[in-house]
Amino acid sequence: MSTLKLDLENYKELLQEYIKTKDEQALYQAEQFSKHSMQQNISPEEIINVHIQSLQEIYPDMPEYIQSSMNFLLETMISYGLAYQEFQTLREKQLELKSEISVAANMQKTLLSTVKPDLSDIDVGALSVPAKQMNGDYHHFVEDGKGNLGIAVADVIGKGVPAALCMSMIKYSMDSFSGIRTDPSVILGNLNRVVERNVDASMFITMFYGLYNSNDHTFTYSSAGHEPGFYYYKDRDEFEEIDVPGLVLGVSPEVSYKQYEKRVEKGDMIILLTDGVTECRQGDRFIDQEEILHVIKQYSHLPAQGIVDQVYKHFERLQDFQLRDDFTLIILRRNV
Amino acid sequence: MDFQSCVNIKKEWDIVGARQLGRDISRKIGFGTVDQARIATTISELARNIYLYAGTGKVCFEALEDMNKKGIRIVATDDGPGIQDISQVMEDGFTTSGGLGAGLPGVKRLMDSFDIVSTEEEGTEISVVKWLR
Repeated sequence: MSTLKLDLENYKELLQEYIKTKDEQALYQAEQFSKHSMQQNISPEEIINVHIQSLQEIYPDMPEYIQSSMNFLLETMISYGLAYQEFQTLREKQLELKSEISVAANMQKTLLSTVKPDLSDIDVGALSVPAKQMNGDYHHFVEDGKGNLGIAVADVIGKGVPAALCMSMIKYSMDSFSGIRTDPSVILGNLNRVVERNVDASMFITMFYGLYNSNDHTFTYSSAGHEPGFYYYKDRDEFEEIDVPGLVLGVSPEVSYKQYEKRVEKGDMIILLTDGVTECRQGDRFIDQEEILHVIKQYSHLPAQGIVDQVYKHFERLQDFQLRDDFTLIILRRNV
Repeated sequence: MDFQSCVNIKKEWDIVGARQLGRDISRKIGFGTVDQARIATTISELARNIYLYAGTGKVCFEALEDMNKKGIRIVATDDGPGIQDISQVMEDGFTTSGGLGAGLPGVKRLMDSFDIVSTEEEGTEISVVKWLR
């Protein structure tokens, strides 16, 4: 109350000065006054009230109709004041939510973290960037110590918190399978049962699972409706789509996934991704496959991680630094 | 020492009557222009809720006088369908009238104390108090 009274004096003086001089400085101070009032949560009707009181003091014989018109104005401002207060509360709530989500996103990062394997025979590059705070893509590396490297890439159709929750479940199921059997078809079959039982029917998960055997350099893989990856033949300098059939996870309880095998030659690359990569958009235009392969080729002299990073930078810039979908890209290259 | 008066709400026009009576009472108690306007807005909200959702009801006013403070109590009563989820209607951003009303959170902000009792199929009673400062 005392600060408001103090402000009334202040306001009256400013008003008086402005009426007398029409000086810009008084208007600048009025701006300061209004900012200060907002900081103090003073609503518009209170400012009008201060205005009325100042007028009364400056012009004691102010006509009655001016007084009435001011009261009328005050009445019309009440709802604006309320809307402003509501806005303040909602803004605070939004900040709270934001910080809660960022805590959750950090937790998710820890939960889903995977260590990029450091192998002598194969060079691995991996990058996963969420479009929003929480990532609905998932990738995971498993090494068995016998020269086998398992690579999982999954994508929940959808973004944000629901997708992220779903991914945490996938990660724990995968962990519980580890050490049993590592055949891609078996892993996808098991995951499918878990997803079918636990996830809402409206949620779809696609997944690619590959197993790289560095002893005989074979790559065994299965796909559950996942975005096709690419295979690069070094000798022919050509890309080929790795497009294999397979139902997305969680649609039907008993699905058997087919397994495929490929021999990997020196310098060949396996490129795995999610639709956040292939569905990059420039304005309204979807970029085409050729463009992705072109960019990969352009940087193919770099180590695998360098290629992945450069491809991301390229498409991030193309999309004005605003990802529309979670972006995950993994590149494996046989070194020796 | 205190008196109570009520306005029945049946048609939209009655909202104006309730505002008028509430304003007269608050002026007599000694409320200034800003508080009078806030009290009138509160009455509008409460009366409009009755008119829109319950059909009929009443808004009553009571001048309060304590040892060292004066104030006004406004009680809005209806025998409409009641409010199922009070927490929801008290939440900011939730509004059934297209965002144009201040809603009950607005009423709570305008007043010093706010209380609501609602029973499904029996009706709702909202009681608010504003003290003179």
